[in-house]
Amino acid sequence: MKTDVLIIGAGGAGLVAALNAKKSGAEVLVITKEYPTRSQTCMAQGGINAALGNAGEDSVEAHVQNTLKSAHGLANEEAVRLMCSEAPNAVEWLDSIGVCFSRTKDAKIAQRTLGGASASRACYAQDYTGLKILHTLYDRCLSEGIKILSERYLVELLKDDENAIAGATVLNIKSGEIEKYDSSAVILATGGYSRIYDKNSTNSSASTGDGIAVASRAGAKMVDMEFVQFHPTALKSSSILISESARGEGGYLLNSKGERFTNELAPRDEVSRAINAEILKGEDIFLDIRHLGEEFIEEGLPQERKLAKLYENVDPVHDLIPIRPVAHYTMGGIEVDDSSSTNIQGLFAAGECANHRVHGANRLGGNSLLEIVVFGKQAGKAAAEYALGKETLEPSAHSNFKLTLEVHEHKLDFYEVREHIGDLFYKNVGIVRKKSELQNALDEIQDVKSKLHLMGISDKSKVYNTNLIEFLEFQNMLDICEEVVSSALKRDVSCGAHFMAE
Amino acid sequence: MKISVKREEKFVEYEVDIADTTLLEVLKKIKTTQDNTLTFSSGCRSSVCGSCSMRVNDREVLACSYKVQDGDRVEPLKNVPVIRDLVVDMSKAYAFNAKAKAWQNTVSKGVAVTQNNEKINEVQSDCILCGSCYSACPVYAVNEEFLGPFSLTRVWKYVSDVREEDEKSKIDTIQSNGVWDCTLCNECTLVCPQNISSKSDIEKLRSKSVMAGYSDPSFANSFGGGFGFDGSPTF
Repeated sequence: MKTDVLIIGAGGAGLVAALNAKKSGAEVLVITKEYPTRSQTCMAQGGINAALGNAGEDSVEAHVQNTLKSAHGLANEEAVRLMCSEAPNAVEWLDSIGVCFSRTKDAKIAQRTLGGASASRACYAQDYTGLKILHTLYDRCLSEGIKILSERYLVELLKDDENAIAGATVLNIKSGEIEKYDSSAVILATGGYSRIYDKNSTNSSASTGDGIAVASRAGAKMVDMEFVQFHPTALKSSSILISESARGEGGYLLNSKGERFTNELAPRDEVSRAINAEILKGEDIFLDIRHLGEEFIEEGLPQERKLAKLYENVDPVHDLIPIRPVAHYTMGGIEVDDSSSTNIQGLFAAGECANHRVHGANRLGGNSLLEIVVFGKQAGKAAAEYALGKETLEPSAHSNFKLTLEVHEHKLDFYEVREHIGDLFYKNVGIVRKKSELQNALDEIQDVKSKLHLMGISDKSKVYNTNLIEFLEFQNMLDICEEVVSSALKRDVSCGAHFMAE
Repeated sequence: MKISVKREEKFVEYEVDIADTTLLEVLKKIKTTQDNTLTFSSGCRSSVCGSCSMRVNDREVLACSYKVQDGDRVEPLKNVPVIRDLVVDMSKAYAFNAKAKAWQNTVSKGVAVTQNNEKINEVQSDCILCGSCYSACPVYAVNEEFLGPFSLTRVWKYVSDVREEDEKSKIDTIQSNGVWDCTLCNECTLVCPQNISSKSDIEKLRSKSVMAGYSDPSFANSFGGGFGFDGSPTF
C-alpha cells in the first residue's frame, strides 16, 4: 500500500496535518495506536491562545513577548512570531468548522487568563477545550474522506537507498501482524514523553514518546530533551490534572497553615518550584477555589469538580483540593526547521513530539493547542509539497524489524522497573535537579538497559497483546530517559523548567 | 476484595488488596502484578478519552470513573465484537459517524455565535465516543444498520448549530435506519457518562424532520400507506 503522505498519530497535530496535506492535493493516510479521538489532545482543558482582545486589550506582540519570556531565551523568535501571528487565524478556522467555544455576551469567543499571560488570551470551551477541538477535527477529516487506521503501533521508519523516508512499519495491535506502509513523506505527530515519569504525570498512559524514539533510531535529532514541564496542580494521589484556569479564574494555593505562599499566576515552572519547596518543608498543598462559588465552578470548571470528587473525595465548592506538581508537557522533541522538516529527507514532525522552538525552556499554558494547529498545518502543507514533487521510485526500503515474543527471559518484571524509573525520575530528574542525582539516574537507566534481556512478556497471544505493546513502549521510554538525563547533565546552568539546585 | 472479569466465555475471579479506588486502577493492578494477559483499553484516566468503557453488573461504565465494589462482575460492552477480554472493536460504531455525515457541511464565514446558540449544543459536543450508548441500545441490538445514539447526537450537534447552513441535507441523511427507528426507550441517556441524552436529541431531529416534510414511516403505514414519503397523501 502506497500513499503520498503517511501521518503517524491522530491527535490534534496529526489531524490538522492530514486536512492540510489533503487540501494541498496529496493522498493521505493516518495511522494511530489508539482511536482518533482518544489522544492526549482531548485532555487539554485550559484553552488555546490567540490575541483576539475579546476580553480586554491584547496584541500579537504581547503574546510574542509573554511566550519569549517564559521560554527563557531558548525559543526561536521567528517561530514564536509566526505562531502568535497565526493564532487569530487558527482560532477563526476552528470556529468556522464548528468548534463549540464558550462565548461572551456580545457573541464573541470567550477568553480567560492563564499563567504568564499579560491578558485574557486563552479561548476555551468550558474545561473541555481540547476534547471539542479534537472531535471537531475528527469530524472534519471524515467529511474530507481521510482514511484513518486505528490500533496500529509504529515500530520503525523506512528509508530508501538514498536515505530518504520511504514509509513505516507498524504492528497491527488487533491482528498481531506486522504491516508495511510505503509513502513519499511521513509526518510524525505522536505526542510527548511525560509518561517516563510513570504515575507522576498528568498524561494519558499512551504518552510514551514512541515517535521520538523511533525517529531517533532512524537518525533524526532530538533537541532540548531535558525540558519537562511540571504542572503545579495535579490531584495529589492520582496525578489527574486540575486546569490552570482554576487559578486563572482566581483560585489560591495554600499550605497546611492555610497561607498563600506564591503568585498563583506566575509561569508554571516558578509555581511548581514554589510548591515543591513547601512540600519539602513538610507542608501539604491545596488549591482553594471555594470563594469562586458553586455556580461559577459548575459553569467554568465542571470536569475539575467531578474529578476532585472522584479521586480525592473532596468537593471543590466546599473543600480544599490536595495537589502536587507532576510531569505534564515535554518541551523537547525532534528537531525541525521552519517548514517542520526533520534532518531526514521526507520526515516531518508536528505537535508535542516535535520541537519547533516555540516553548523554549518552559511552555505557556494555552500555547500547546495553538502549536498543533499552526504547525500541524505547516507540516501538512510542506509534506504534501515534498511528496508531490518527488519522483516516484520503486520502493526499495526493507524492514529490519523482527517481532519476536521469545527473545527475552522473564526474570525481571518490567512493570516494576517502569514504576521504579518513574519515581526515580520524579525525584532525580524532576522539578529541582542536582548533578549528583542526575548522574545517579543516568547510571540506573544504563544499568536497566543492560538488563533488558532479563525482562520480557508473559503474554504470548498474537491478538491484542497489550503486554507486548507496553513492553515496546517501555523500551522506547528507556531510550528517551537516557536522552533526557544526558541532556540535563550537559546543562549546568538553570534555565526555565531545568532548575539546578547547585 | 474480589472482582470477576469476563474472559472468553467465563468469568475469572481476582482478589486485590486495594479499596476505595477506580475499577481502572484495579484492572491495572491485576495486569501488572497478577496476570499480564488481562486485556483492556485505557488512556486519560479522567473520563475524556472514552477508551475504558465496559460493563459492571450489567451496566455500562467508564472504568476510570467507576468506584469498584467487592463482588463486581466486569464484562465487555454489548452489541459489538469482542476482540479480547474487555477490548471490543469500535470501528463499526465509529463508522456510523461517516454514514450519518456527522459534520458541518459548509465552512462558516463570519457567523456570530451567541451564548444562547452555544448553550444549545454544549452538552452534545461533550461526547467522548465511548460507545456505552450502542452497548445499551435495544434497537441497535436487533438492527445493526441503525445509525445509533452517538452518531445521531452528533448530527443534532451540527443541525442545531447556527453555523450549519445546509440543515436539509443533514436531515435527509438520517431518515433511513435513523431517527424513526429509535423506540425512545432512553437507555442511552441512562448510561451516558457525559450526561448526554441521545433520545432527546433524536426527538429534536424528528421535529426537524417533520418540519422538512418527513413523517414517521410507522405512523404513515398505520394509515395503510396512504401518505407519500414527503408526507402528502397518495391515491
